[in-house]
Amino acid sequence: MSVLAEPSKREKFLWPVLAFAAFLSLWHYSVIWSGTKVFPAPVQVERGMLELFHKNILWQDIGSSLLRVAIGFGAATLVGIPLGLTFGWYAGVNQVVNPVMQILRPISPIAWIPVAIIFFGVGDNAAIFLIFMGAFFPIVVACGNGVSNVPVVYRRAGRNFGLAPTQLLARVIFPAALPQIIVGLRLALGIAWLVVVAAEMVAVDSGLGYLVIDSRNSGKRYDLVVAAMVMIGVIGLILDLCFRRLERIKSVRWGFRDEF
Amino acid sequence: MAVEQALSSQVATSTKLRVENLNMVFAHDGKSTPVLENINLEVSTGEFVCVVGPSGCGKSTLLNLMGGFLSPTSGAVRIDGEVVHGPDPRRIFVFQERGVFPWLTVAGNIAFGLFKLAPEESRERIAHYIKMVGLQEFEEAYPSELSGGMKQRVEVARALAVNPDTLYLDEPFGALDSITRHVMRAELLRIWQTERKTVVFVTHDIDEAVQLADRVVVMSARPAMIQEIVDIDISHPRDISSPRYLQLRDGILQQIGLAHKI
Repeated sequence: MSVLAEPSKREKFLWPVLAFAAFLSLWHYSVIWSGTKVFPAPVQVERGMLELFHKNILWQDIGSSLLRVAIGFGAATLVGIPLGLTFGWYAGVNQVVNPVMQILRPISPIAWIPVAIIFFGVGDNAAIFLIFMGAFFPIVVACGNGVSNVPVVYRRAGRNFGLAPTQLLARVIFPAALPQIIVGLRLALGIAWLVVVAAEMVAVDSGLGYLVIDSRNSGKRYDLVVAAMVMIGVIGLILDLCFRRLERIKSVRWGFRDEF
Repeated sequence: MAVEQALSSQVATSTKLRVENLNMVFAHDGKSTPVLENINLEVSTGEFVCVVGPSGCGKSTLLNLMGGFLSPTSGAVRIDGEVVHGPDPRRIFVFQERGVFPWLTVAGNIAFGLFKLAPEESRERIAHYIKMVGLQEFEEAYPSELSGGMKQRVEVARALAVNPDTLYLDEPFGALDSITRHVMRAELLRIWQTERKTVVFVTHDIDEAVQLADRVVVMSARPAMIQEIVDIDISHPRDISSPRYLQLRDGILQQIGLAHKI
């Protein structure tokens, strides 16, 4: 068994690395063959990134972006989870609020930019508001669905053991809905990370989004533009991987069984 | 011990559960479907009653009414003379193993109903019932790591841990393979004989009913009425190849309208 398993393990590692190398060389040779003077090759991007690190700009920008996401996403979580639990718990409330939610939900957070600037002016609060708007709806919807999807057997079992409604919510409904809530939070964090970049391009003068637009505006440094883009991708991936670790916690893992 | 015996012989004759002129009509899409019609039934304290009938006849509805999860259209369910208005920890409903909470360990599940007890007493009860259902070594396992039969044991242990006087079992072994089902029947009988709970057990398996029950309630197709109540006058352990067993089983098969030969 282990003799057969070993090459497949190596292949699991090998093929993605090869694909990555192929992507880099495709990029590299496309730049050379097209003779572009504007778009940087991978090596230039790497140099650009080192330059940003040395100037200490990158750490500051990463820090500002992460802080905005933490506040906006955190607020969306704190408001969204109780609200979503309420909507899922009271079918009547859900019926009243659902039409409004369904209209607001598909509006891209980017479309809120002018509104955000009217409300908060140009600055951190506008950016945080946009992140909040992007993360809030997926969280509310995931919580609401999570609660209304809790199987009747669990509710009945909980009631049978004499739980009061608040105890039932805390000891049965919430843990039963938690895997779906975590999926919603993960989705919302991904959106928050998309939105922070857009928000920083218009509302503030720090962060990775600002770095992208500033590198272009002041001196057309496209090597820095792409370096910032790569950082955005890498950090987004790290955030998602961190969140995925939550799904391994034993008390929620049952809800993700298809992944194993 | 003597007092206990005297007590048990005294209560053995008293009525635990009484179903009176029970009718249940489901309204759905403007149509009303009568499910149960004029059900009258008495179950004595400590008695083991099985309810059998064709699938979809309403036997689960009857059990849910007894458990207080549904309200009857008319009539009443009384326990110790009191009308049932809702679920109560004194009467625990055991679902198929689907009722086990997947976010709690085996010990966590069994502890679920013990939140009103002192921690020490709660620990003792958990240990006692884990041992009774043979799940030592699995205290910290999660249900997804257990087999169907083990999950069913967890659910039975969780129910027994709160020391209910009545257990309602809704086709508890229906999802298990036939070997596990046999083992679980024997376990349930052993537990019932030591704990002497009143048991109402819904099943579609006639053999199961005749092996377990003191009395078998045979229900008709929907709208369900009680067609017959059969006394199973064989003492435990029952010989399932004895003429009396086969006679009782065949009688019930005939009542339901099933042929003996396939």
